[in-house]
Amino acid sequence: MFAKAFSLTSVFLVFHALGFTQAEGMVNIKGSRYIPLYGRDSTVVEVKDFQIDKYPVTNIQFSEFLRQYPKWQKANVLKLYADDSYLRQFKNGTELINPQSGNSPVTHVSWFAAKAYCECQGKRLPTVDEWEYVAMADEVSPDARRKPSYNQEILAWYETPRTDEKSIGKSPKNYWGVYDLHGLVWEWTLDFNSVMISGESRKDVDKDSDLFCGSAAIGATDLMNYAAFMRYAFRGSVKARYSIKNLGFRCAKDIDVNP
Amino acid sequence: MKTLKTSTLKTIALFAISTMLVSCFKSKETKYEDSSQIPVNLEMTAELTAPPHVPTPVGKRKAKKLIVKMEIKEQEGEITEGVRYVYWTFGGSVPGSFIRTRVGDEVEFHLQNHPDNKLPHNIDLHAVTGPGGGAESSFVAPGHEKVFSFKTLNPGLYVYHCATAPVGMHIANGMYGLILVEPEGGLPPVDKEYYIMQGDFYTKGKNGERGFQPFDMQKAVDEKADYVVFNGSVSALTGDNAISANVGETVRLFVGNGGPNLVSSFHVIGEIFDKVYVEGGDLVNENVQTTLIPAGGAAIVEFKVDVPGTFILVDHSIFRAFNKGALGMLRVQGEENEKIYSGEQYEGIYLPEGPGIQEMPTTGEIVESKVPAKNIDEQLEFGKRIYMQTCFACHQAEGQGIPNAFPPLAKSDYLNADVDRAISAVINGLTGEITVNGKKYNSVMTRQMLSSEEVADVLTYVYNSWGNNKTVVTKEMVDKVKGKK
Repeated sequence: MFAKAFSLTSVFLVFHALGFTQAEGMVNIKGSRYIPLYGRDSTVVEVKDFQIDKYPVTNIQFSEFLRQYPKWQKANVLKLYADDSYLRQFKNGTELINPQSGNSPVTHVSWFAAKAYCECQGKRLPTVDEWEYVAMADEVSPDARRKPSYNQEILAWYETPRTDEKSIGKSPKNYWGVYDLHGLVWEWTLDFNSVMISGESRKDVDKDSDLFCGSAAIGATDLMNYAAFMRYAFRGSVKARYSIKNLGFRCAKDIDVNP
Repeated sequence: MKTLKTSTLKTIALFAISTMLVSCFKSKETKYEDSSQIPVNLEMTAELTAPPHVPTPVGKRKAKKLIVKMEIKEQEGEITEGVRYVYWTFGGSVPGSFIRTRVGDEVEFHLQNHPDNKLPHNIDLHAVTGPGGGAESSFVAPGHEKVFSFKTLNPGLYVYHCATAPVGMHIANGMYGLILVEPEGGLPPVDKEYYIMQGDFYTKGKNGERGFQPFDMQKAVDEKADYVVFNGSVSALTGDNAISANVGETVRLFVGNGGPNLVSSFHVIGEIFDKVYVEGGDLVNENVQTTLIPAGGAAIVEFKVDVPGTFILVDHSIFRAFNKGALGMLRVQGEENEKIYSGEQYEGIYLPEGPGIQEMPTTGEIVESKVPAKNIDEQLEFGKRIYMQTCFACHQAEGQGIPNAFPPLAKSDYLNADVDRAISAVINGLTGEITVNGKKYNSVMTRQMLSSEEVADVLTYVYNSWGNNKTVVTKEMVDKVKGKK
């Protein structure tokens, strides 16, 4: 009961503080300790209570952001912060090339731009651990990683082309009330290139932690790891200025301790 | 006219001189003990080919800087008739484009990951001396390109593949191919060269189940392949896609095995390999019937074709050939040579696909197809496919049967007299003496492992072919007969 009241208050606060509302708002995630998906010897990580967007940020929402912050428009963005593919779905300003794609997740967006978007709303990008924590839920349970159906569905998505063109919110929400963590696009995380991948997965050959042949085979204790390996491999392959057709984001927020 | 002639003569003279120059130069050319010391001159873009073709031999050319541009595409294709699958490819084909180099070449490799792709990829070339075979340096996100260089030090035929986690899945989806490093002066010339690569595939539905089939990780881990094929699909080397040669020619096959799991017992029915470059290396074995090609390995086989006919390429782990697709064809045209082979040519009994095994089901459960036939045309189409997989071997292509052994289905009085009896024969089997068109048959038809839908389709096909009475059999009719049992 108390938790619910608290959640309502905080949602109210979020809206209040922003001035620019995220249409469908955020949900509260109850933190916990868990072992992330990778490898046999992974250590327990702790995720504190936090809030996360229900949906990935859409093209329409991003277009509004571009209107308010023109420095992030394609024509104005610093090359340091975005590569040549940046906002390929937009005409020069804030207008979409394909107006039908308004409700599709925004992609072709760099980590810098995603981070700026969230910060301009008083939010931030979720961490890898937070993102993985929310994404391990299916419709009924907070941790569905051992269910074959859960993994099969995710793997099938990784194989399906052009899912980035779909609209948000068309598949069932998960246990936490969050939509589309799997099935549409990859999502940026705040520390996408940290922890085990550490940016070195492309270079180092000495560490067991890299994601090439050997370690993937040794560490893959069961099927659930495969889906995770693909996400970590993806994160390891990108740099912060990359803007990719299948990569979007959503924002997260700490739960305010002081009202 | 005169001037023309002179200039022609001049050209010939020049050509002769230059040839002499080249040959003089050649005789002076140093032999390099250490391949890494071979100098390169000039730069060229590598010719890449899709299977079953290979690029032009290197011949006498010198080592060069060779630019290879390889594009990765994740794309949907057909693994067998009616079965869709998303392949991940190097260069748009499975196996990926063939790369042909010579020892001492400096290869500048551009790996391009198409922007529509969902995943990062890389490439591990077994011809590379260096960490990861290039994998670390080539790890590339969608919409990006990576460039790395290597020098080819050891001649041989090598596999390349994607080595991005989960490696098994990337390979299982088709991310492998061959790179050939020819020795100084090239391989000895032959008449025909082809590129063949075996791979095993794991689909959610069983072999032949129609529609889009996603990859099945559990089956891959358990090494239970639904398809084992040459060049990415069941029909890649059969029918119109067969490779060809003429009598008297020498054929060289570059054969690789991408795996991910199964090793290949590569064999050509009716041929003996004159030469096998064992495991793609320097060791040449002669007069070989079947050569073992490990997953992630290759072999070069050569043989002269002496007689015309269709020669069947198989993985001699033979159920893979006839039930999972590991079958290709080499058509040889030319004069018969009865001294070498006098018998009549026989083709058609080899079933390139499908569950043609006559086996008693262990349980009563047979899964209904998820894509039922929508109308009579589809029923006939699906029915024909089932017929070719299941009934063809005994009842033959035109339903004529085999005299004294298997009764005909064409213009069959027995068949047309009683549809329920026909349904029952398919679902329950049939033993004992029967009379068909005035002839007695006493043989055994085993119970067929078909769903009600499939029984309806195949019988509808039979009833609407070869002068039968055009009965349309529905799933309900089949279920009714099943109920009576």
